[in-house]
Amino acid sequence: MTATAAHARAPTFFEEVVAATPGGPIHLELCLQCGTCGGSCPSGPDMEHTPRAIFGMISADMRKQVLSSNTPWYCVSCYYCTVRCPQEIHITDIMYTLKRMALKGGYYRQSTASDAPSFSRMFIDFVEGYGRSFELGVATRYHLSAHPLEVMKMAPFGMGMLRRGRLDLTPRSIREMDKLKAILAKAKEIGGDE
Amino acid sequence: MKYGYYPGCSLERNANSYHKSAMAVSKPLGVEFAEIDDWNCCGATEYIALDMMASFALVARNLAKAAELPGNGHQLVCPCSLCYLNMSKTEVYLERSPEFATKINTALAAGGMHYEPGNLRVRHLLDVFVNDVGYDAIAEKVTHPLKGLRIAPYYGCMIVRPAYQQPFDDEEYPTTLDKLMKALGGEVVDFPLKASCCGGHMTQISESVAFDLIHRIIKNAADYQADVIVTLCPMCQLNLDAYQDAMNKYMKTNYHIPILYFTQLMGLAFGMASTEMGIGKEFIDARQALAKIGVEVPVEDAGKKKKTTKEELPMPRMPEEG
Repeated sequence: MTATAAHARAPTFFEEVVAATPGGPIHLELCLQCGTCGGSCPSGPDMEHTPRAIFGMISADMRKQVLSSNTPWYCVSCYYCTVRCPQEIHITDIMYTLKRMALKGGYYRQSTASDAPSFSRMFIDFVEGYGRSFELGVATRYHLSAHPLEVMKMAPFGMGMLRRGRLDLTPRSIREMDKLKAILAKAKEIGGDE
Repeated sequence: MKYGYYPGCSLERNANSYHKSAMAVSKPLGVEFAEIDDWNCCGATEYIALDMMASFALVARNLAKAAELPGNGHQLVCPCSLCYLNMSKTEVYLERSPEFATKINTALAAGGMHYEPGNLRVRHLLDVFVNDVGYDAIAEKVTHPLKGLRIAPYYGCMIVRPAYQQPFDDEEYPTTLDKLMKALGGEVVDFPLKASCCGGHMTQISESVAFDLIHRIIKNAADYQADVIVTLCPMCQLNLDAYQDAMNKYMKTNYHIPILYFTQLMGLAFGMASTEMGIGKEFIDARQALAKIGVEVPVEDAGKKKKTTKEELPMPRMPEEG
């Protein structure tokens, strides 16, 4: 029985990536290694591996190398690769999946983009706490923790935003925050990402 | 024409001039908006990088709230490209997979909510203006044509890619904003990088990547002698405007191209006051460019905090506690 045999072994890295990506089918198995993705990527030159290389490495079960790469963190979510892929692979969504897997496995610390997750985390801390984003809070906390020596460089930018009335000094909370918290807690329990 | 409206976090403060000008130009065009009650953040590109299920549940709460709007929840307008993408993506993914929808609904139930996907069409503000109102109806309202103003129409990424619901423009070489600017009497310049990426959150993560992407776009507009870049997304506006000087320092260049929202130029063409359009909140001074079309921006407004009154700011107010 092939089905039983398939279930008996642990899932491959490839299968894990596919299972963790929503909106499927994501067509990753159809990758032709044509390189249209890397050629279309605005931050491709700064990536340690092009998306094409990453997909080859996923198929080769190179979990550690893929999840330690800076590639997913340098994805700017522009969706050029996604719309240009001749096989209609959901590339941007796969990059998000790789970010989550890198975080969960702690691999991102080895990547040269190790600041990126803390920015995402701080942005979301305010959303989980108030229901809306709070730019001043994110910028202050993030720069204090990630670039404490460069905080003064941010000051003119922050002052410029404040002077133009483009920055709130305090976060704004939504009315039904308790309900939103309950929804997010339940979602996390179902998803099991954290 | 009535629509549901999701302003998103940026439009509350950083991009308030976008909200303000959008509301002002909608009135003469007969477009009415009902704002989603007690909406929450869409999660931007951050939440999905941390927690997939929570990121979709966060957006689904907004969709469920939109469905509660009487009569007009089936068409939901987002002025921010990122909100637009997240809302339409969630709608489509929930509809595509009943299994996924069940999981999200289990989460929503913890907050006493439920969402039935399949009936909501998420629209970007530009789509509504050019396709529902139409270029001709907009041109009819023009009293002060943008004659002689060289405009680079900048779309960025997420309004055209990947078009989860019905696409309204080309994903590589869009033209709707070009046509809209022509309908206002403006001179639209060729702008090959019109749908190229502004860098999104990379200003926070990698200066070299962010400044390279910002530089490409600004340089391209300057090469075609644009007086102004017009945008339709708060993230694009922030990156190209607030980081233009820092980019200049980093790249050793000296560009000064003001970045305005398309709704601000619509308002000016309709004869509305520059202050009413929130002009003066840009980092890159727009006065010189706007002088070309005879628009004067009061000096005290340019780059300085303006005294505000409740009457002047039709802001979405947070309902009082309790």
